[in-house]
Amino acid sequence: MANTRTYDEDVLTEEHGFEDHFHDHHHGDKYQTSFLTHYIFSQDHKIIARQFLITGMFWGLVGALMSVIFRLQVGFPEESLSWIKPLLGKWITVNEEGFGTLAPEFYYALVTMHGTILVFFVLTAGLSGTFSNLLIPFQVGARDMASPLLNMFSYWFFFLAGVIMFYSLFLSTGPFAGGWTAYPPLSILPQASSGSGAGMTLWTLSLVLFVVSVLLGGINYVTTILNMRTKGMNMWRMPLTIWAFFITAILGILSFPVLAAGFFLLMCDRTLGTSFYISEIFVGGQALENVGGSPILYQHLFWFLGHPEVYIIILPAMGLVSEVLAVHSRKPIFGYKAMVFSMLAIGFLSFIVWAHHMFMSGVNPFLSNFFVVFTLIIAVPSAVKVFNWITTLYKGNIRYTAASLFAIGFVSMFISGGLTGIFLGNSTLDIQLHDTYFVVAHFHIVMGVAAFFGMFAGVYHWFPRMFGRFMNETLGKVHFWGTLVGAYAVFWPMHYLGMAGVPRRYYSFDNFDTFAHFDNMNKFITIAAMVVFALQVLFVINFFYSIFKGKVQKTKNPWGATTLEWTAPIDAPHGNWPGKIPAVHRWPYDYGKDGEDFIPQIAPLAEGEKDHGH
Amino acid sequence: MEATIKRAPVQYTGKWHPKKFALVLAMAGIIMMFSALTSAYIVRKAAGNWLEFKLPALFLYNTLVLIASSVTAHFAYRAYNREEVSTYRMLTAVTFGLGVLFLVLQVVAWNQLKAIGVPLDGNPSGSFIYVISGTHAAHVLGGVGALFLGLKTAFGPYKHSSGRKLSIQLVNTYWHFVDVLWIYLIIFFILQ
Repeated sequence: MANTRTYDEDVLTEEHGFEDHFHDHHHGDKYQTSFLTHYIFSQDHKIIARQFLITGMFWGLVGALMSVIFRLQVGFPEESLSWIKPLLGKWITVNEEGFGTLAPEFYYALVTMHGTILVFFVLTAGLSGTFSNLLIPFQVGARDMASPLLNMFSYWFFFLAGVIMFYSLFLSTGPFAGGWTAYPPLSILPQASSGSGAGMTLWTLSLVLFVVSVLLGGINYVTTILNMRTKGMNMWRMPLTIWAFFITAILGILSFPVLAAGFFLLMCDRTLGTSFYISEIFVGGQALENVGGSPILYQHLFWFLGHPEVYIIILPAMGLVSEVLAVHSRKPIFGYKAMVFSMLAIGFLSFIVWAHHMFMSGVNPFLSNFFVVFTLIIAVPSAVKVFNWITTLYKGNIRYTAASLFAIGFVSMFISGGLTGIFLGNSTLDIQLHDTYFVVAHFHIVMGVAAFFGMFAGVYHWFPRMFGRFMNETLGKVHFWGTLVGAYAVFWPMHYLGMAGVPRRYYSFDNFDTFAHFDNMNKFITIAAMVVFALQVLFVINFFYSIFKGKVQKTKNPWGATTLEWTAPIDAPHGNWPGKIPAVHRWPYDYGKDGEDFIPQIAPLAEGEKDHGH
Repeated sequence: MEATIKRAPVQYTGKWHPKKFALVLAMAGIIMMFSALTSAYIVRKAAGNWLEFKLPALFLYNTLVLIASSVTAHFAYRAYNREEVSTYRMLTAVTFGLGVLFLVLQVVAWNQLKAIGVPLDGNPSGSFIYVISGTHAAHVLGGVGALFLGLKTAFGPYKHSSGRKLSIQLVNTYWHFVDVLWIYLIIFFILQ
């Protein structure tokens, strides 16, 4: 029965689609009446997705630039930084000989802001916000989110959080500088450090707004996936992207309120004089009245969010990579259900491992054993996923596009970074490795670089869906190879630093003769970091150039993918499909079936044909 | 072919109205928040240096106010469905009034707590009571706001429609939720 079916999406949608009387009520386009409501206060998930992406890219550049500046300090402490004075102003002090030094308190502010921005604004909002918005309504076959209005608020709360955080960078006392985890007492006592006053107040305010954004978004994503699926789209016919966003959103709904509770107690300590987190303390020449607080309590509340948060970051990347790998290797994803169950297992386990961030905080060692075991068990579903990605690639007709290269690069990074997680998950090894560059290397590779690779794979792959044009492939490949080699050059040597005990976050190692022989390694890392940063600038240039001048998308389904987003018109209106909603007849991974390259989800089953998706 | 038929096609819109489902998710988030706060309470208490005191009885009596308002909310909804307009209006107003009364009495109870020497900024055992019941009161305040909108609608022209029915269901569901949440909290405070 090879090649007996035609895949004209319009015909299929018209003949088999689902009539939801979209045109009977003419409110479908009411949100696109003016420039302001179309491009700024839009309720269209496609516009909101692009807003999240571009805002995320802005923050990505800011956060990455910060890392370049503090890497200059670590790698080249003997070089003058007076040339950055125009940018950093009073945070660079220039002596009589014209030698510029970075203020230590601003070094800590840079490290803190780099972490906060990358974790929350770029890899949560920029990654999950972008692709959940773009793909959930498209791939489940919905006109828009369950509540487009709340979806719009989700973006604007994020935007407001960003404005406040950005403003805090310009305070005369500097932004918050006590680390992105905001541990007390630095986060509570304004006299503890220069960033602990107004900087911390704005930091908390910004993140509370951010929590609101995540919750509004997450509630919408889950509701849309469970309630708005098109006819025939049962759960086992959902692409793995949707499963990933679904589990991510549930993790967000369950963990961010806990962070909010933790922040709430923190605010009470800051403003109302309570003592939840601070105990008897002597600071700034004065003994404070606080009694009986426990800073460890904050750490528990923070990491109860903090650990699921790393999966909130990595699960969407996993979903995007699964989809991109299947499409570009022209093969069904290997072990679809195993992929879903392993994501569910990772999501569940992520809630019972938080204290592995606190092994050295005085947590009972017997309690630690419990967390060690569950932490190591996460290796099992993670390994299942890696195995399935590799077997998906095995014997595939792989098209080496920028998107698929980044997806393959993701698998590489996830393996490299995941293996060091097994080291760190052991509470005994943590005695040596905690708070060293080994930790920095581990989490940057496994949830920093890997998540970025997933995001890049997504951007290159769905760029036509967003802008009706393609990104430049050659620049994309330069971007990929440079970033792959560069990221390993940055983070691989850090493992050696960490094993030798070099502590993270230190401003200078001048007084540590033990670490003197690492000077050249630190220079090497800094140079590699600058190269990688330059390549990301190249990506941003390619991105914006391609929006206006990229190769025009001529066919609806340029990659030959099966999923529903490619059945909508290239310039899809609000409501996505001008007529009927496409109905779904099969799972999303019919590649190379019955001698056909691919069969879209909207193609009805032939006689006697069996569907995988149930 | 049979393999595909045995499972009925999923409806475009699920069994639940999306708004109801979204409310359930929001309530799940709120439950997590209060679990975090009460867990923090337990963990902190286990660490020692903990002031034991007797909770003012008003907190307990106030529970009855909230339970009563849940009952009137339920009967207001029933009256709406039976198109008993005057009962519906009266019970909606009573529900709103009881909600406001609960908030006022909570403020009184906080003052009583302060009067017996348990201030907000003292030992964390007292601070937790203020913060947890205060966070709960903030959620009740949100419910009172929703009830106020319901009150405005109730005293406007009467109309029986699925949209209005849904609104009342949503508000009532949330209202019963903050009620049950308070019952959990008061039992937690008494047992702890």
